[in-house]
Amino acid sequence: MRNKLATQSLFALSQPGRRGAQFPAADVPVKPLEELIPAQALATEPTGLPEVTESDVIRHFVNLSTLNMCVDTHFYPLGSCTMKYNPKRHERLSSLPGIVDLHPYQNQADLQGMLGLLYEMQEMLAEISGLPAVSLQPAAGAQGEFTALLTAKAYFEDKGEKRTKVLFPNSAHGTNPASAAIAGFDCVQLASSKEGLVDLEDLKSHLDDQTAVFMVTNPNTLGLFEKDIKQIAQMVHDVGGLVYIDGANMNAILGYTRPGDFGGDMMHFNVHKTFTGPHGAGGPGSGPIAVRDFLADFLPGPVISHDASAEEGEAYQLVTPPKSIGRVRSFCGNIGILVRGYCYLRTLGAAGLKAVSENAVLNANYLKALLKDVLPVPNGDLCMHEFVASASKSKAANGITAMDIAKRLLDFGFHAPTVYFPLVVPEAIMVEPTETESKETLDAFAETIVKILQEDPEFLHQAPHSTDVSRPDEVVAARNPILQCCDSE
Amino acid sequence: MSYLFNTPEQQQQMLQTIGVDSLEALFSTIPSDLRLDRPLDLPPALTEMELQKHFSNLASQNVGPGDRVCMLGGGAYDHFVPAAVDEIARRGEFYTAYTPYQAEASQGSLQTFFEFQSLICQLTGMDVSNASLYEGGTCVSEAAFMAMRVTNRHNRVVLLGSLHPEYRQVVETYLRHLNCEVVIVPCKDGSVDPADVDAAMDDQTACLVIQHPNFFGTLEEAAELTEIAHRYGALSVVSYDPISLGILSRPGDYGADIAIAEGQSLGTPLQFGGPYLGLFSCSEKFVRRMPGRLIGQTVDRNGKRCYVLNLQAREQHIRRDKATSNICSNQGLIAIRAAVYLSLLGKQGIREVAELSCQKAHYAADQLTSVEGIELLFPERPYFKEFAVSCSEGADYLLRKARQAGFDLGPELSRFTFENNPESYQTAVLVAITEQRTREEIDRLVTALKA
Repeated sequence: MRNKLATQSLFALSQPGRRGAQFPAADVPVKPLEELIPAQALATEPTGLPEVTESDVIRHFVNLSTLNMCVDTHFYPLGSCTMKYNPKRHERLSSLPGIVDLHPYQNQADLQGMLGLLYEMQEMLAEISGLPAVSLQPAAGAQGEFTALLTAKAYFEDKGEKRTKVLFPNSAHGTNPASAAIAGFDCVQLASSKEGLVDLEDLKSHLDDQTAVFMVTNPNTLGLFEKDIKQIAQMVHDVGGLVYIDGANMNAILGYTRPGDFGGDMMHFNVHKTFTGPHGAGGPGSGPIAVRDFLADFLPGPVISHDASAEEGEAYQLVTPPKSIGRVRSFCGNIGILVRGYCYLRTLGAAGLKAVSENAVLNANYLKALLKDVLPVPNGDLCMHEFVASASKSKAANGITAMDIAKRLLDFGFHAPTVYFPLVVPEAIMVEPTETESKETLDAFAETIVKILQEDPEFLHQAPHSTDVSRPDEVVAARNPILQCCDSE
Repeated sequence: MSYLFNTPEQQQQMLQTIGVDSLEALFSTIPSDLRLDRPLDLPPALTEMELQKHFSNLASQNVGPGDRVCMLGGGAYDHFVPAAVDEIARRGEFYTAYTPYQAEASQGSLQTFFEFQSLICQLTGMDVSNASLYEGGTCVSEAAFMAMRVTNRHNRVVLLGSLHPEYRQVVETYLRHLNCEVVIVPCKDGSVDPADVDAAMDDQTACLVIQHPNFFGTLEEAAELTEIAHRYGALSVVSYDPISLGILSRPGDYGADIAIAEGQSLGTPLQFGGPYLGLFSCSEKFVRRMPGRLIGQTVDRNGKRCYVLNLQAREQHIRRDKATSNICSNQGLIAIRAAVYLSLLGKQGIREVAELSCQKAHYAADQLTSVEGIELLFPERPYFKEFAVSCSEGADYLLRKARQAGFDLGPELSRFTFENNPESYQTAVLVAITEQRTREEIDRLVTALKA
């Protein structure tokens, strides 16, 4: 049980004169601030930060943390997000002195261990993708997309071409069109076929000498492998365009097939999804990109190069590729997340990585088989690591929506699947169990869904019933946004 | 493998339920000619014990602030991180949760981000803050995009030449392909002359980007520059050092429209440049044009106060190519660190950290310039916690000599490209002093440099 104090705001807890951190007195001669800083640059009053003790802070945030569902406590089958178990060794190793405390502007000779690790990470990502050149810099998957699109643009400009169009299927992640737009491309959305795959005819009708890039997720957002991907890539290449693979679903194909082998020219990895960087309640992610060799010169800098014959302390170097598009962020990338990804790859090796995909796909197909009678899956027979079911049948029958199911699942101690995405499936419920779940968990989850669908629809509309809050009013929130603590309740 | 749970017997039962006879058969939708017909060529798998040895070995090939005293700056700083920050950030309930799409299952993260937004507003004096962006450099680009939308001026932005050179490079990368001209006003003697800014502005300029304290650590005439931006109908974008606001006037106090920052100083370790934290706040009137996630307060069906992801209609998963930005994941966990850090410090603590850094930096500058051949690069300019010194024997000499004595200074300015690259920069390095540095350390460095 929690009492009322537990979720009071920090500002309500504040009492003048309390403090949570103390600092030693100055050990240097102290001058009046006005002698050091011009008066007009100085604050006239202190900030409005709250005044609380360390114990207030700990109790406050620990209490808040218990209001979360997370992978460490709950099954979290959030489709498209790949919420797999986050190995604890990663947290320890990424926090080691000599790893966690390196400054980005240290002397390179003092960074050979870190640069060596990152170089090895580049090499491993190149091998897994089948694309030889890697930049670790992008901070997240969406920034990886944007970076790759700029890389493509620089490549075309270098050839004297100005191509304007980026194509993507209507099932694409929203980041694809958003990234294309901020990279200055015109966005063209393609229809999907009846099977939920890229419609080859529609693709063909939009391909021309203005086509810069075709962006596709494979396996796609319906959890289906684009079986015609090689032909698709050939069609795009025939008009001189490039194929971009959104790597969000790499968890399904590790060691089975590689974007570089099925026609992709560029891709990003979501290190936080595929290689278990914890999601951190919304980040940090990490979105390194891999590209074909003819695009390597355009990658953003710095990348890590290796010269085995160099003098001691110089073997690994940060370099900027000769025709680089520039920087896409300061410093080198989300290194802390890359280190966790490195730990994961070094733990699993080639066989372990292939087993990841096998078990992810096994778990998804098993759960799909358990649910197919109550939650039909409109597209595909076998899925990859996730599937998109539809609650249309139950909605039509008794008004139970995808949202009702999602909310009620919380009462049973399961995080909800992704709902209402992808947009191409009505009442979509997108389930991704991942490889780190047991058969027992999947059985219990499926039984729960079956049970929920037999419950009173009115009761379900009011769900969840056991959580701290239930069905927040989002309309009111948007109409009259309250975006910071404005009272001292 | 310890991360995979199902036994071979269970796998067989599951395959039976699915109606296929092997794991391999599950991949039958991948055409056979696209299959990799060999194992991936990766280094051998390591057990946890072996991996730990491997990491100890890698870490020992690095020389970190544990081995040397860190006086490195340039946008990443060795400020103290209280233990309580790590304690909260290491809770699995925070770090293994996801974006709070199901509000009922995520009130912990949602309220924490809401309080983070509130803390940033209090720190900066701005009306609204988002729940974080990637890092300081990309914040400048996001601010420029937002200014272009707000002013409906898409062809021109003006940056101070004293902006972090890597931030400037990021903006140039982001804007180059939109046919948006990026104008740099040269920095003279450590800061930018407002008259030069006035000359660079016009009525087609979307925004003026100011860094204060700037890349060299010195103060700009931020209030006057903000006025100049407004005179041309442009937005004033101020990139600040969050610690500096313990003593300096806040962007909101002098009328900045958008305040952005690198938030690493607020409780996040250096970790070789990332993940860091982009802080982004602005005036209330621009809230619907803002990039990134916003957490809002509302009530649930029983009238209880609660929190949700708000104004999602601006975001990429709804507006797709018309979204305010392509940003999907933000820096949630680093924002949690900053929220805990700012809570612990409170109004008194942030002032103390700022004052200590400022006083110690000035002591260090006084002592360093007592060494023959070392001078302040910009002796006329006020600075906060970081300053540039030139060395008559060259930057390399200074860095090497400091390193031999156990101190890391830098970065050297020759590492970067500046709009006007004076000869004097070639022999100069930055020195950053946080509250963690002691008089004893500073004196020891000076003694070594004099020897």
